Amino acid sequence: MFLRQVWTIAAKDLHSELRTKDAWNASIAFSVVILLLFSFSFDPSSEQVREFSGGLLWMTYAFAGALVLNRSFAREMQNDCLDALIASPVSSAALFVGKSLANFALLFAVELVSLPVFVLFYNLQWGAAQVGPMLLVLVMGTWALTIIGTLFSALTVNLRLRELMLPTLVYPMMIPALIAAITVTTNVLAGSPPGLGIRLLAAFDIIFTLLAVVFVDTVLVG
Amino acid sequence: MREKIIVGLALFAGALLAWNMNTIFTALPDELNQGAIYRIIYFHVPANILGMLGFGLGMFLSIGYLVTKDLRYDALAASVTEVALVFASIGLATGSIWARIIWGVWWAWDVRLTSWLVCWLIFGGYLMLRRAVDEPNQRARFAAVVSVLGSVNAYISYKSIEWWNTQHPQPVLSIRNGGGMAQGMEAPIWWNLLALACFSTILVMVRMRQESFAREIDTLRRMAHAQ
Repeated sequence: MFLRQVWTIAAKDLHSELRTKDAWNASIAFSVVILLLFSFSFDPSSEQVREFSGGLLWMTYAFAGALVLNRSFAREMQNDCLDALIASPVSSAALFVGKSLANFALLFAVELVSLPVFVLFYNLQWGAAQVGPMLLVLVMGTWALTIIGTLFSALTVNLRLRELMLPTLVYPMMIPALIAAITVTTNVLAGSPPGLGIRLLAAFDIIFTLLAVVFVDTVLVG
Repeated sequence: MREKIIVGLALFAGALLAWNMNTIFTALPDELNQGAIYRIIYFHVPANILGMLGFGLGMFLSIGYLVTKDLRYDALAASVTEVALVFASIGLATGSIWARIIWGVWWAWDVRLTSWLVCWLIFGGYLMLRRAVDEPNQRARFAAVVSVLGSVNAYISYKSIEWWNTQHPQPVLSIRNGGGMAQGMEAPIWWNLLALACFSTILVMVRMRQESFAREIDTLRRMAHAQ
């Protein structure tokens, strides 16, 4: 029952996003712009790029992801859709998990599109052995960004200073996950084992998913 | 009654702090490796302990609000967190001064420093969020959620010097199995902690009174609008 509700919400969000492709187009364009901007702040052809490539990649995802995540609950404000969703027989937790899954799918798709651009721009070499670990850290890191972003999207949706409050709250919360994802990505791209960061990322995913599911009812309903 | 408690606490804390300063600056010798600068530990450690305890206490008070829906818990949580943020700022500033002398840099990006700065940012966001929400119950709910999520980071920061091999010194206090201080050098940390804890209690009490005034004004304003 719960899973069916989750699926309905996720499918609804993906449908409405795929009809307009607003967030999708904006965040892909934005991620390419960020990758371009980074190239001016250092010598993009130097060998050192490999050492901080993980950081560049996750910065891009965190900023581009914010475009997707910000809109998650804000788009329900039109015609009081959010009130209707809360009043519907779907639990807050199901609503939240459904929206998170839809956001995750969108963000992951954006990442898969911008990853080749990144590899191309910064001349990174890839082997077949890196694909598996890289996908794993992408999934775990993206889930961490999604869960925090979706929860705070719900929290700030009714605030008059929404555009200002969301980044000031979301980015500090994401930092532990971002640090872990960055170190693991850098290790994987350098061809070494992922290291301790993968455990930190897993712990972050589990703890914050549980906390978010527990608190989302407080945030949305009270 | 409240005034009497505040004055009494202030007199006690002031006297204790003066006596402590005397011990720290005249009775205790310079540390063998660090020289005179080590004395900053007598403010750095108590301030950070109070910051961390304040964030933790704020989390429990926030949970108390979520369970009981009593706005007094929320007012107390906000006051405690605000005072804790002041002490966390003192902790960051004193640590930075010490680092400039001992490490030669104002800041090092190790886990302890970074995680504590992240906490500072999160609870700064907590206070900004409180200003952005007008409706008291909604404000209390949202703030409580941020407080609980932020406390996870406060705990990571507390444990970071055990979990990682940080540039920040490992635990030195005897309660954390450090035992790295010479005879007589550790006691002033605890006396300073007591004095600063009294000061923070005063600040929380003053802040609580402001909160109750604010609530009263808010109620009057609503009544005025309703008529």
